[in-house]
This record gives sequence, C-alpha cells and structure tokens, in this order.
Amino acid sequence: MSSLSATIQDVFNEPGCGKNADKSEAERKKGCTKQLQPGGAAGGCAFDGAKIALQPLTDVAHLVHGPIACEGNSWDNRGARSSGSQIWRTGFTTDINETDVVFGGEKRLFKSIREIIEKYDPPAIFVYQTCVPAMIGDDIDAVCKAAKEKFGKPVIPINAPGFVGSKNLGNKLAGEALLCHVIGTEEPEYTTPYDINIIGEYNLSGELWQIKPLLDELGIRILACISGDGKYKEVASAHRAKAAMMVCSKAMINVARKMEERYGIPFFEGSFYGIEDTSDALREISQLLVERGADPELLDRTEALIAREEARAWAAIAPFKPRFKGKKVLLITGGVKSWSVLAALQEAGLELTGTSVKKSTKEDKARIKELMGQDAHMIEDMTPREMYKMLKDAQADIMLSGGRSQFVALKASMPWLDINQERHHAYMGYVGMVKLLQEIDKALYNPVWQQVRKPAPWEAEGDTWQERAMAEAEAEEAILAADPQLAEQKRRETRVCICKSVDLGTIEDAILSRNLTTVDEVRELTNASGGCSDCTSRVEDILASLTQSAPALAVAAE
Amino acid sequence: MAEVKTSKKSCSVNPLKMSQPIGGALAFMGLRGAMPLLHGSQGCTSFGLVLFVRHFKEAIPMQTTAMSEVATVLGGFDNVEQAILNIHKKTKPEIIGICSTGVTETKGDDVEGYIKLVREKNPDVKDLPMVYVSTPDFKDAFQDGWEKTVARMVEVLVDTPAEGAATDQKRINVLPGCHLTPGDLDELRSIIEDFGLVPTFLPDIAGSLDGHIPDDFTPTTIGGVGVDEVAAMGQAAWTIAIGAQMRRAAQAMEKKTGIPFKLLERLCGLEANDKLMSFLSKISGRPVPKKYRRQRGQLVDAMLDGHFHIGGRRLAIGAEPDLLNDLGGFLHEMGAHMVAAVTTNHSPVLEHLPTEDVLIGDLEDLETMAKERGCDFLVTHSHGRQMAARLNIPFYRAGLPTFDRIGAGHQLSVGYRGTRDMIFTIANLLIADHEENHEPTPDTWREGAGHGHGAAASVSAH
Ligand code: SF4
Repeated sequence: MSSLSATIQDVFNEPGCGKNADKSEAERKKGCTKQLQPGGAAGGCAFDGAKIALQPLTDVAHLVHGPIACEGNSWDNRGARSSGSQIWRTGFTTDINETDVVFGGEKRLFKSIREIIEKYDPPAIFVYQTCVPAMIGDDIDAVCKAAKEKFGKPVIPINAPGFVGSKNLGNKLAGEALLCHVIGTEEPEYTTPYDINIIGEYNLSGELWQIKPLLDELGIRILACISGDGKYKEVASAHRAKAAMMVCSKAMINVARKMEERYGIPFFEGSFYGIEDTSDALREISQLLVERGADPELLDRTEALIAREEARAWAAIAPFKPRFKGKKVLLITGGVKSWSVLAALQEAGLELTGTSVKKSTKEDKARIKELMGQDAHMIEDMTPREMYKMLKDAQADIMLSGGRSQFVALKASMPWLDINQERHHAYMGYVGMVKLLQEIDKALYNPVWQQVRKPAPWEAEGDTWQERAMAEAEAEEAILAADPQLAEQKRRETRVCICKSVDLGTIEDAILSRNLTTVDEVRELTNASGGCSDCTSRVEDILASLTQSAPALAVAAE
Repeated sequence: MAEVKTSKKSCSVNPLKMSQPIGGALAFMGLRGAMPLLHGSQGCTSFGLVLFVRHFKEAIPMQTTAMSEVATVLGGFDNVEQAILNIHKKTKPEIIGICSTGVTETKGDDVEGYIKLVREKNPDVKDLPMVYVSTPDFKDAFQDGWEKTVARMVEVLVDTPAEGAATDQKRINVLPGCHLTPGDLDELRSIIEDFGLVPTFLPDIAGSLDGHIPDDFTPTTIGGVGVDEVAAMGQAAWTIAIGAQMRRAAQAMEKKTGIPFKLLERLCGLEANDKLMSFLSKISGRPVPKKYRRQRGQLVDAMLDGHFHIGGRRLAIGAEPDLLNDLGGFLHEMGAHMVAAVTTNHSPVLEHLPTEDVLIGDLEDLETMAKERGCDFLVTHSHGRQMAARLNIPFYRAGLPTFDRIGAGHQLSVGYRGTRDMIFTIANLLIADHEENHEPTPDTWREGAGHGHGAAASVSAH
C-alpha cells in the first residue's frame, strides 16, 4: 500500500494537471482526493476509473480481484468497440468468498491467472485490485510478478482499489500502471516518421473509426491508441511514436506528459468533437510530425483533406440551419466535453442556454464562458424539481446530457439526447458532427412530444403534475418575494461548496468579518473548496462581489 | 432429481451472479419514500445504480456512506451518522434502508449499534424508520440479499397485532420474490383484487419502478408500499409468499403476527396458476371469475400452438434459483429439455429441477455445457448475449439485468395471460431462428438427425 500511496501522491503532483495548477503547495500535497460526503455522493470509484481507462485494450484479459460486487455488477457495460479480439468484454473475477477474506486471496488470484492463460492465452493479463483484498493485505504486485515469471507473460498489476478515490484518480492510476509496467517494454516491428499515439480516447460507439480513415488517407499511423481499440503490443511499443495527441481532457495527462519527458514524444491536447476542433487537431498532428522529421508536404495534404472534409460537412449541415434557428439547447455534462461539443452545436446555429462544469478545470470554464458569453448558468447540485423548473425557465427545446439526468428530461416531456459514455451513436470528427445534428433534429421534430404532452382526458386544465410543480415553485418564490428576510435566509443557505457542505452565508460572513481576499484564506476559515475544489471559481466570484479590489482576484486564483 | 454441483474454478468467468447488497437495495426500493443506503465505498453504490438505471430505465434512488480507505480502517460510525443526517436533511425520506457491503463487513462494523447511537445523539432522526441488513458481497448472491432484506423489513416494520385484535378477512399479504417484475406484480394484484381481496405487497416495486410518470419529482422512491401500510400487515388473514426465497420472510411474518402463509414456488405455467386460482377462491369464498376461466382456455390453446416450437428444444438456462425454477420448470412443461442449468447459490428448489444436474457457477460454465450438450435455446439475463452470438442460438432474455432491450420492467410471466404471452414471444423467437438458420436446403438432409433442435436423440430422461 505504501507504494500505492506514493503513486497517488505523485499523480497529485502532476504539473500538467489543470486542477493542480490552481492549487497551493499544501493543497497539492493533500491531493485531488475528493473527501466525499456520505449520503450525498454517488460517483464511480477509482477501480471503476481504472477499468474505464484500460478495458478498451481489446486483446487483454482484464481480471478483477475482489468480491462479486466489483465485476459481477458491472461487466460488459462499456461502450467501447473492438475491431478484433473480444476478450476485453469477457468478465474475469476472482469472486472471493469468506474463506479468502479470512485466509487471504493471493492463492486464488494466482490460480485464476493460470486458468485464464490455459483457457484463453491472451497476450497479457491486467489484474485490478479492489477494496476488500486491499484491506486484507493481498499483495497483487507480488502475485503478478510471480505469475509473470512462472508463465512468461506480462501480468500487470493495476493498483487502484475503489476506496482510494474517485474515477478520475483511477484514470490516472491506470496511466501510471501503463507507464510503470507496459510502455517501453516491447519494440514495434517497424517505425515510420508518421507514427502517432492517441492518448485518452476509448473508441466509444466506435467513434475512433470516424477519424482513423482520415489519418490513414494522410499516411499517418496510429502506433498506439490508449486505449480505444488498442492492443497490448501496440501500447508496449508506444514509446517509439513521433508525436502524441491527448484527448478527453486531463484523464491521462500523466501518461502524455511522462512520455514526453522520458521518450521525447511531444504532445498536444485536442479534440475531435466539432468541425473546427477536428481540423485543428489534424493540423497539429501533421505539424508535430513535420517538426519531428516527416516530409513537410504532409502539411499541404492535410490542408487539402481538411478543405474537402469541411466543405462536405458544412454542406451537410446547411440544411439544418434553418430548422435549428431559434432552437435552444440545454447542455448538462461533466468535464471537458462541455466546451468541445458546445462549439460544435453553435456551428449549426443552435443556441445554448446553460452548461454544467462539474468536472471541468478552470481553463475549461474559461472556455465555456468565452463560448457562451455572460449566459453560462452553472448547473450543479440541483434537485430534480429545480432542474425541471430550470428546463422550463430556460425554455430549452432539447436537453443534451449524460445518462442520469435523462429521466428528468424525459418525464418532463423534454426532448433529450445522450452524449455521455453509453450513447448509441458516435459523434466524432466531421461525420460525427453531422450525425449529432441529425440526432438532435430527429429528437426535436419527433411528433411524439405533442402526443405525450397532452393532458389525460380526466385531467383538468392547469392540473397536470408539471403545472402543479411549477405552481409550487412559483408559490415558494412568491413567499420569498413577500418576505425579504426569508429570501435572504434562503439565499444564504445556497450551498457553494458541495463536498464540504458550506453555504453562501458562511462564506460571506467569513470574508466580511476578516477581510479575506483569497480563496486560500476562505478555505482556511470555512473549509469551502477544501474538497474537490470545483467550487473555487464560485468562491472567487463571491470574493469579487464583496471586495472592490478586483485585481486581487487574479492573485487569489493562484 | 437434479444433482447440485459447484464449479471448481478459481476464476469466475462471465459472472451470472450479482452481489447481495444491491439485491437488498432493490427490496428497499419497493417501499414508499425510501432511500436505500449502502454502507461501503462509493463505487459499490455507483455500479448498483448504473445497473438498475440500465435495467429499469428509471431514475434510481440509492446512496452511499462513501467510506474512504482511512474510514474503513477506523470504522464507519461517522460515515453512517453523516449519511443518515444528510439524507434526512436533503431528501426527507420516510425510511432509510441500509445494507452493508464487503468493505464494511471485512472490518466488521456494528451498524445496528451505530444506528442506535445515531438516534440517541440526533433527536431529529430518533423516530425515523431505519432498517439494517447485513449483506457482505463475498457471500451469497443478489436473491439472498433480497430475501434477507424482506425478512428483516417484516421483523422491524410489521406491528404485532394487539391481543384479540380482529383480522380483516379480505386483506392478504403478498411477499414476492425478486424474480418477479413490476409488471408481474401488477398482474398479480389485479388477479387478487378480482377475488374481492385487498393485497398489500411487500416490497412493492410495481408502485415504484413500473415506469409511470411521477406526480412530482422526489429524490426518494415514488410509489411503493408505505411504512404505515407495512406496519398494518399484521391485520391480514393470509400471507402469500412467491418463490422459495420468500419462505424466510413469510415465517418471520407468521412468527410476529400469527398469520398463516401459503408458499407458491411458481406462478408461471398452467398448473402453477391453477394452484393460485384455487387458493384465492378458497380464501375468498368466491368462484374463479369468468375472465380467468377464459384466460385458462387461451393458455391451453397457446400451449398447444407453442409446443410444436418449444418442444424438443435443448435448453441452456442461467438464472438465480427461483427464476430458474419458475421459467425452467415451465419450459420443461412445454416439452423443452433442460440440459444445461447454471445458478448462483444453493436453494431448496434446485434438487427438484427437471434436469440431471445444476451447477452453481458462471456463464462460462453454461456456455461450455451448452456447447458440449448441443443446446439450441438460451435463457438468461442480458449477459448471455456474447455467448448466444458465439453459439448462434436463439436467446430469450430473462432476469436482471436486461440492459440491451427495453421493457424489462413489464416483461410478464405470471398468471394465465402472462404465461400465454410469454409462450408467444418465445415461440416466435424460435420460429425466427428456424427460418434464419435451419431452413432445409438440398445439402442439409442428414442434419437434424443428430442433436439439434427437434431431435429427440440423447435427451436426458426424466
Ligand atoms: S468501491 Fe471498492 S468494493 Fe466498491 S466497487 Fe469499487 S473497488 Fe469494488
């Protein structure tokens, strides 16, 4: 466990991590571990995050060491796709029982590895640690080492038991495992000046295949994709790439950065969502390759391809523009996809009414603000009813979000489209963007909405539950309007820091009574932003509204 | 008589089994205004939540005590306390149902003790109904978690009737196993009501997870049976328990209230429903309504039409014990041969299955058996999809999780009508398979004489 905590510490010190750049030294030491609120949280665990990041490696057997909960409740539920082996979708678990908990599960783990090799003979086995075996002290590093020696096959320990932290931390620990045990352990059969790595792309719904043909056409080879539709050997020899692109924000920044450090592979952060982002990404790839010695004519070919594809995409999008005129989209999504999808939607003439920035770093927020002008509502920590009211108030015509909020939208008879992990369609690249718009169009103009919004024959006008919910909300507002004291109390009760449950009033009092000027000071005193630090920007805003000296804020952010 | 075997493997491959705590959590979801709370790390709840969301296609209430690594070592009192207070403050539940997990059972947290202390320390939640069940992940399976939780709800929530209190002859308690869908519960409710009886279901996931449009948005369960209604179950005249797993809860009910119970192991099939009808007729003193006499005729007709297609099929089935018994038993009655059967845990029903052996194992075992024994029809939950594709055999999805098709919550198997419609669905699936894969061609004249569907050869005797 001590080496695990060292790795976690190292990940938190990650200079490339946008979140960390916002933090003080002391805070960085504490790390990104979200001190979760019991009874108020339900995100995935670190193990979940590690599995999300690595399971798309298609020819690897992914073995979960733990009780049935960790794998039995969740296997084969990821949206990645494989062009070859299907072994990644096979659920392997030691399913430890009471006896193992008492006497240790290492033997069972070792035997399990042997069984997998005998029956399935994969090029490598990844062994995932989970909470219970971590608690009883099963040393998976040692078992993997022994198994590797015995069977002469890579057996890689992925040390990210759920309880060490969030999904996000799990992503990074998965990356560390690759850096430590996989990358650089094999050599590619041959190399070319056109070899790249793509890092942090999972090939959900096969969306990588919307990009790959373009790269193929340019003669650019994906030496390794980490991890969508990737193969063990490719990742093991990824250190020979000439350049790398990091997608999906910061999930695997540690991999990109350390590969640059160790092997001199330059990387950039880009996105294949949206037309312009896709073009930019292609340009940057070519640019980096040319800088590393590829023939400069690649740049011209890239521009020609971009011109052709953009023209085609714009032509495909043109018919939507009149149909989308005046239509408003409410986007609720965690993380970076916010800004990259946003840009894409605006390209098609849709208006945006709000977006959530739950997992985003400060840069992302800045980008959202830039894209959305002053309108960005920050939707966080809403109850379903509040969300419904917001849908109504925003007068959005369609909501785009991840799995969980869909029921609110659908039950509110609001057109809805899934844009997170489990979605059924691939939205990458030029074709993906057109596909996304097609889906939005399909949802917006489906006559089913008129049908389902009709009240039942026995429902009196104005007596549907939707109207009742709105009436209740309005009644509450009216009460507040009539009672400024109560309104003030309500306002002060608004939670600013979700993790530590700190409300607005507490923060304001602290700032005013002690003349605080920085987020650090506010945190010292109130604990606000002492958790995941997502609310840092809101604390900054509060500071800004209470203090006149705006310039101090720039410092406050550091 | 089936021989019950246990898989000898170290590594479970393609699990059939899911964990106990989420079985318990689902049972709590059948209470009104409930918030199920898993005492464990956040991931355990998150996986359970995703599983249910994908199966029911509904928002699912479920919380976690969010145990961190440090907390698991120090013990979870603070986390349990904070979770209860936070849930109470934020969602105002009528009841909190707490299940332990592997993480907290390894340390051995005394949650009953914690709850007592939380009540003493916090007058706010002194009287808030809370039920705790011990459900370690490293023992037993989903169905067991449900079984233990319902039994515990009876023990904690049902009031013992006062000495000499009158029982209401019209009221009956229904304790459904987790193998029934919300749709099944609704069907059963109307059947019972048609006899002039008033049923109380515990738990009642039909009220909460049946996909209706809610009257308002609440973060806890919507619908379900109320804590007050559960308390009053002691006034009923009878308890009907459905599935062998519910014996424990029925006995708890009997012990607490003296109410006799009738255990119906199955509700799918002609005989199973004849038993139900006779029993309801007997306790209500009413003849079986005309409607059901007609439905019985329709079922008989469907069985005759369906047996051409289902008869002779070599069935591979993977399910938790009670579902295995119910569906497998019925398909056997339709002439299918249960030649490969895999389940998740021990149960008294296994020995009586109409097959030679049942294996407590996983879907890899089922796939191997199905291949070796020439199965040409698969019944299991959605995780059978890879195996069905590899074996290229027709696949009927049954049980939880069914995440790759819609309408799982409304899939019917109970009652004459439910059984009838299930025959149609399954027979049509088999007909389509025949058309796609087994139409005769000039070169296939010898095929089908060996094993393969319709072939009587090498059928195990029973
Ligand atoms: S939190 Fe721990 S026990 Fe729970 S699913 Fe994640 S790894 Fe498994």
